[in-house]
Amino acid sequence: MSEPLIQVRDLWRIYSLGDVELAALRGVSLDIEAGEWVAIMGASGSGKSTFMNLIGCLDAPSRGSYRLRGRDVAGLSPDERAEIRNREIGFVFQSFNLLPRTSALENVELPLFYGDTPLDEQRERALAALAEVGLVGREEHVPSQLSGGQQQRVAIARALVTQPSLLLADEPTGNLDTQTSLEILAILARLHRERGITIVMVTHEPDVSAHAQRVITFRDGVVVSDVPASSLRRAAEGVA
Amino acid sequence: MKLLRMTLRAALRALRRNKLRSALTMLGIVIGVAAVITMVSIGQGANASVQQQIQSLGTNLLMVIPGATTSAGVRSGWGGVSTLSASDAAAIGKECSAVADVTYLKRQIVQVVYGDQNWSTVAQGTTPSYGRVRDWEVANGSFFGQRDEETANRVVVLGQTVVDHLFGPGEDPVGALVRIKDVPFRVIGVLQAKGQTTWGQDQDDVMLMPFSTAERRVLGTQRVGTVDLIFASADGASRIPEAAQQIAALLRQRHRIQPGQDDDFTVRSLNEMAQASESASRVMTNLLLSVASISLLVGGIGIMNILLVSVTERTREIGIRMSVGAKARHILLQFLVEAIVLAMAGGLMGAAIGTSAAWAVSRVAGWPTLLSPVAIGGSLLFSGAVGVFFGFYPAQKASRLDPIAALRYE
Repeated sequence: MSEPLIQVRDLWRIYSLGDVELAALRGVSLDIEAGEWVAIMGASGSGKSTFMNLIGCLDAPSRGSYRLRGRDVAGLSPDERAEIRNREIGFVFQSFNLLPRTSALENVELPLFYGDTPLDEQRERALAALAEVGLVGREEHVPSQLSGGQQQRVAIARALVTQPSLLLADEPTGNLDTQTSLEILAILARLHRERGITIVMVTHEPDVSAHAQRVITFRDGVVVSDVPASSLRRAAEGVA
Repeated sequence: MKLLRMTLRAALRALRRNKLRSALTMLGIVIGVAAVITMVSIGQGANASVQQQIQSLGTNLLMVIPGATTSAGVRSGWGGVSTLSASDAAAIGKECSAVADVTYLKRQIVQVVYGDQNWSTVAQGTTPSYGRVRDWEVANGSFFGQRDEETANRVVVLGQTVVDHLFGPGEDPVGALVRIKDVPFRVIGVLQAKGQTTWGQDQDDVMLMPFSTAERRVLGTQRVGTVDLIFASADGASRIPEAAQQIAALLRQRHRIQPGQDDDFTVRSLNEMAQASESASRVMTNLLLSVASISLLVGGIGIMNILLVSVTERTREIGIRMSVGAKARHILLQFLVEAIVLAMAGGLMGAAIGTSAAWAVSRVAGWPTLLSPVAIGGSLLFSGAVGVFFGFYPAQKASRLDPIAALRYE
């Protein structure tokens, strides 16, 4: 058995608000294997966003260790974390977070630009990523000319274009209607199946978490449950 | 290199998104640079024309003026009783090593008649070397020579103004006979037009004749041998102060002036006058430049202000860029390049406006202007520096944002 993609041990994140110290995460330990699809659940303030920021290398833990693909990334400098985000991680946000007044193609090219990819290769790979999410013909549209679902597809293409090993999705369907949500989840499912990409996804909705293989629930900064999604489905069916 | 090109493209796109704002931000720089270039052009043009007028008096020229005589405690101003003689001038030419050439003159206002025309002008008796020392050629005919001087020939060289008043258009004065103080003179040459001096005196309103002729035939025999003015040309511009010292020392010795006693002459160099006028115009230019620099400074503060607003406004954009892997230096460079592009574009527009304004001033007001490549290049560089200086703080602020906070910013 190879090393897990994500290996977190006793992870703490403490915020200092003046004199008061607030622990958002209090000693989380878990492994996520390469190729898993994990849903993260929990009420707001449970520490799940803090956890996502930490494994996304947007933030550094106060204490504890974090190994990504076997590399210790807990003590990296901001610039080193930027490099990890660029190469290893793709982000999909609830509010899409595309650059306004910038074409879909240029939005998708952005990570390649910071990754020092040659110009013509940037274009080629960005076009391929857009095609993969079904946006052929929309390359020159700016976000305001695209529907919510299309914008989220641009965001997924942007997350994929660097071929990361880890996709972090923070409520990817939170701003979308049911039909569009299903389309987005179908794209994620296909990527997971065909590319074997690891997905960690925050969600509030049991319907959405049902697409995952494993559901981790946070409360008050600790993990309170970590079960296969199938057991939840069975429990739900049992109640019904 | 590629990074710079991409950043430049991103900066241009960001500036294009807010065309009006970008244009207004640039305005301060535009006005500043345009003002600098117009002012320097006008200042340098004025300076060049003054220098040219001073040059027209002769190159490396020194003037020895009689005067400041003390006879029994009475001082007369310069130009009073002449204390200089032709032999002083000859001695200067012979003994002062820094002096290349020397000439002297004696003058009087006289009437000259040709046919039924008459004109009152200055008759100058001088030496054949006058043309060389004053850098003044004849346009037509010839200058008088040493033989004319020795035999006191009645020959005259006319200035252009005198020709205009005595002769009709197209008439050749050379060879004509004119009467000066009822003495017939043959015109042997016409001087090139030299124009006005800086102080508005018409240099062409003059007649030149051999010194001996002037003394004997025209000016009367009072104080034979005294001269009104000695001109000496120094042997190169760098030797002007040396020549002035040698002349002063020689004349003090010849006039038996004791140490501590006042000179009975004054040595002036035209370069002093040139320097005086140059420093006056430099003061003026510096004054205008400092006003223009303030405008550039204000323009720079405007750029900083707008960039600070822009950083706040685009916090989320910065967060997005950081989340996909932008490092601090990428963000820093992006905003810095925006500032530099703004400032340099303003500088270029200002240079264009300043150049056309200088051109318009010389066309409409008739002032001489001189476009200075140094001023244009300098103000472009300076506006670039303004961009770097005032862009750095906002850019650094942007690059130090926390990606999580920036992403959440509404």
